[in-house]
Amino acid sequence: MRFTLNGRTVSLDVVGTRRLLDVLREDLGATGTKEGCGEGECGACSVLIDGEVVDSCLIAVGQVEGREVTTVEGLADGGRLTALQQAFIEHGAAQCGICTPGMLLAAHVLLRNSKRLSADAVREGLAGNLCRCTGYTKIIDAVLSCTK
Amino acid sequence: MCPSPAPITTVGRSVPRREGADKVTGRARYTDDIAVPGAWYGRTIRSTIAHGVIRAITLNPAFDWKRVVVVTADDIPGDNVVQLIRDDQPVLAPKGGEIRHKEEPILLLAAPDRATLEDAASHIRIEYEAADPIYAIEEATEVFSTVEIGKGEVVEGLEGVEVVDRTFRVGLQEQLYIEPQGAIAIPYRDLGSGARGSGVTVIGSLQCPYYVHRALKRALNLSDDEAVVIQAETGGGFGGKEEYPSIVAIHAALLARKAGRPVRLIYDRHEDLAATTKRHPGVIRHRTGVKKDGTLVFQDIEIVLDGGAYCTLTPVVLSRAAIHAAGPYSCPNVRIRARAVATNTPPNGAFRGFGAPQSLFAAELMVEHVAERLGVSSVDLRRKWMLRLGDTTATGQKLTESVGSELVLDAALKAAPTFQRSNIPTVRRGRGLSLVFHGSGFTGSGEKKLQGTIALEALADGTFRILTASTEIGQGTKTIFCQLAADVLGVGLDRVVLAPQDTSLVPDSGPTVASRTAMIVGRLVQEAATEIKQRLQRERPPIRVEKSYVQPDSIHWDETTYRGDAYPVYAWACTIADVDVDLTTGEVRVTDLVTAVDCGKALHPVMAEGQIEGGSLQAVGWATIEEIKMKDGSYQNDRLATYLIPTALDAPRIRTILVENPYSRGPFGAKGIGELPMDGPAPAIIAAIHDATGVWLDEVPATPEKVLAACASR
Amino acid sequence: MHEVKFIRPRSLADAVEIYRRTPGCRPLAGGTDLMVMLHARTLRPEPQVVLDLWSLAELKGVRRVEDMIEIGAAESYTGIIASPDVRQHLPALAAAARTIGAAQIQNRGTLGGNLANASPAGDTLPVLLAYDAVVVTDRRAIPIDRFFTGYRNTALQPDELITAVRLPLGRQVVFRKVGTRAAQAISKIVMAVSRGPARIAIGSVAEVPLRARRAEAALDRGDVEGAIAAVADDIRPIDDVRSTAAYRRMVTQNVLRELLLSVR
Repeated sequence: MRFTLNGRTVSLDVVGTRRLLDVLREDLGATGTKEGCGEGECGACSVLIDGEVVDSCLIAVGQVEGREVTTVEGLADGGRLTALQQAFIEHGAAQCGICTPGMLLAAHVLLRNSKRLSADAVREGLAGNLCRCTGYTKIIDAVLSCTK
Repeated sequence: MCPSPAPITTVGRSVPRREGADKVTGRARYTDDIAVPGAWYGRTIRSTIAHGVIRAITLNPAFDWKRVVVVTADDIPGDNVVQLIRDDQPVLAPKGGEIRHKEEPILLLAAPDRATLEDAASHIRIEYEAADPIYAIEEATEVFSTVEIGKGEVVEGLEGVEVVDRTFRVGLQEQLYIEPQGAIAIPYRDLGSGARGSGVTVIGSLQCPYYVHRALKRALNLSDDEAVVIQAETGGGFGGKEEYPSIVAIHAALLARKAGRPVRLIYDRHEDLAATTKRHPGVIRHRTGVKKDGTLVFQDIEIVLDGGAYCTLTPVVLSRAAIHAAGPYSCPNVRIRARAVATNTPPNGAFRGFGAPQSLFAAELMVEHVAERLGVSSVDLRRKWMLRLGDTTATGQKLTESVGSELVLDAALKAAPTFQRSNIPTVRRGRGLSLVFHGSGFTGSGEKKLQGTIALEALADGTFRILTASTEIGQGTKTIFCQLAADVLGVGLDRVVLAPQDTSLVPDSGPTVASRTAMIVGRLVQEAATEIKQRLQRERPPIRVEKSYVQPDSIHWDETTYRGDAYPVYAWACTIADVDVDLTTGEVRVTDLVTAVDCGKALHPVMAEGQIEGGSLQAVGWATIEEIKMKDGSYQNDRLATYLIPTALDAPRIRTILVENPYSRGPFGAKGIGELPMDGPAPAIIAAIHDATGVWLDEVPATPEKVLAACASR
Repeated sequence: MHEVKFIRPRSLADAVEIYRRTPGCRPLAGGTDLMVMLHARTLRPEPQVVLDLWSLAELKGVRRVEDMIEIGAAESYTGIIASPDVRQHLPALAAAARTIGAAQIQNRGTLGGNLANASPAGDTLPVLLAYDAVVVTDRRAIPIDRFFTGYRNTALQPDELITAVRLPLGRQVVFRKVGTRAAQAISKIVMAVSRGPARIAIGSVAEVPLRARRAEAALDRGDVEGAIAAVADDIRPIDDVRSTAAYRRMVTQNVLRELLLSVR
């Protein structure tokens, strides 16, 4: 099967029912995507498929045939951090960092869809990404700092 | 030659987190991210009964057992004991041995792939002879430990003294670090240049490398050098990775040793929820004697905590609970009787706050109840009772400096938003307040016994390296230690690095717990840097300085009478919580939280706020939705779909006010605040629910079921 | 230990045919339920083959069909929420879809998947009942009030595929979900109510998403208090990990009262 991962084409011979999460982490060495629960509750495994944020523990890899998959490794442009990534560091939005990849992807979509976001809209948009360290306060600050 | 400009000092500034770029790009490597060629997968086979004896362990011959490695208690070369406080918890329950809780580890398996692992697991049969279990705290007969604290004399029946008598219940709570427990064990040491030495290397998600080191040595009969423990980037701990990782590490090491190859033992969320330690639940009874004018006459407090099946850290949890039980108040006559008991439930252990959230919950609500009885404002009562500079605590500790009680109360009251009642008929709005304190550092002579040590090296290339076993678990250790060293040395932050938390490299600085890392260990970094700076005036690098904790002569603690200076210093917090209670459903929504914290000195304001915000939300969860129901000794909430923590949509606006009231022995005046944020929100929320509805719920979690039932019976 | 095969059909007709002739075949839409169970190996019977319906264009989309709105069985909840037709004519469905999980789940969850699973806690299922929706399959149309036949059991034949759901225009339905937290929560109770005709549909209070018939009869007579009293007898809630029967009963009545106040 074939799909695009962070802009490059990937060709794999894999059983289509394997979780995309496992294929990313084990076959492709893209360990930025994390497993927090395996049941679509925590969002640590969030990736983008054709620009939409989904839990990769719920995606059968066969379903991304011909699609564009984006993981946290694909956010920074050739090593240059995005404004959102910078904001996360600056505002203290990452503490232990395990939720950060998924959180960044979900926030990335929010910011891409609307440059004017309220705090409530950010909370709703990130409700599928659990964080235990920050209380969410600085994550929301970081995302809002990237809006107009 | 131009003199180089004086470097900008960083303490007190929110510099970028040292490992921040790695964390936002996915480069940070947590345990399960680390590829180890040839590693097998491990799995733990656990008890399905709560109490009894293992009669037989049968490996079904229909499975080819040569395809896997099986480890039983017979394979343990050292002592079959998880080294901690009491030698009661086995690494693996042996055949013929006793089972004391469901999920107790019995066997270990390792296989080249997960499918084979599961196949093997399904071919194991364990037979038990069940015995009657004890689940309820009230039925427990075995006592792990007791603590008694006495000050003055509690006299009953005094003229003009009214007695308020209330009992409070606090529930279990799961730490819910988003990265589950895990370790990778390699059955040798890396001696450099491709050479291997005998022993075991364990890479894991953990808070305390030397706890794991000691446990590995004991169970695997290894010398200090043969056991190597390396902390990987760790996705949250909150105490849940204080002692439990020793078990994961020993299990992985046993498998690796028998397999002759590395083994990855990574828990999935269900196993983590079902089998690992939780916050001690308990029952706390307060009898408070007051005069009509509000004078506090006596506090008589009884605490019972449920330690689960094995001792783990229970005596220390009980100790902290007891020491904080009277609250941040000055009372001439105090009696605290605390005990921790055993039940046939999975062992409970460390979780941020470590007994203090439980006892402070009761203490703070007691102020509310007394205020209600006397018909006075609970804020006024707190002002009357609160410990101030020069006052003496329940253990007879005279508070000689850095007492921020009134400072934080005033700061929180000033910062709280204007309060308005709800204009929706089915929603009631309420506000509650709490005042708490939390001892920074280990209790009593704990720090003296630990003698935590760090090393600081000035290297020939002009850089500096801090060597410490204190771990980064999100709270900012790496950044703050570098800030401390850099500022004292007078160099740029980029010239200071932290060595990896690898026991073959760094000394034992003590565990990353007890709100001690910045204050106790950071102080050692500051002292070492001071000495290196002096020596650099006359010597050339390389220079190495070691600093170990020395207890100041002014700290006196009597372990047998539980009297004296329980902690070097206390941090203080006042929390104001606003809630909306939906009378249709009993749902409690915490809409706003304001917390003022006396932290001594905010070494890194954003990180200090981060600790307060994160800890506060954990406490909000404990008070509202984090419920664990037990059935036949098992947690029913054993998946993330059923153990619920607040999402971004549930979280209140949290506002933090940092008050700096320096502590003379803290680095730049800093006190430890990692656990303090856990203490205030729960009682403030219960008080707010009362303000909203008139209903008292003297327990957490205050679930909608309880709220609705209480409102209905009014 | 066998590996489950993944089959991607070329069209709906292809999918229907494969499903009919392949033993141990399990349809897969967004995977929000199925992938959890597949990974945990809790599906019974254990499937041999998974049939991917997610990419079939014929199963996507929201469109007007005469006086009904037809939603593709594999359309995502995000797509449903964003649809102008749904917003205008079926706002309760959009409201219910927004309470499901969070963004990640809404991007993959589908009506087809939720109907096939027939969980009594499905958030959109009471809404479908209140709208008198019709479940369209590869061979017939099944009225929703005949669809749920028992705990996680439906009227579907073993090889029958859901292709779309049709909902009528012109009905006002109000909705409320009560869950442990504001997002990512399985409901304690979930209710959809309509007055013309009287429909009181409730989830998580029985082994199926339930029409509260006695309460509806009272409502038909204009007896609001009677409906609130009767609903306690219509439901059969249990104590479980999330809540208690007593709480569910009390809240069902309270929420019904609240919703009846807000629906014409």
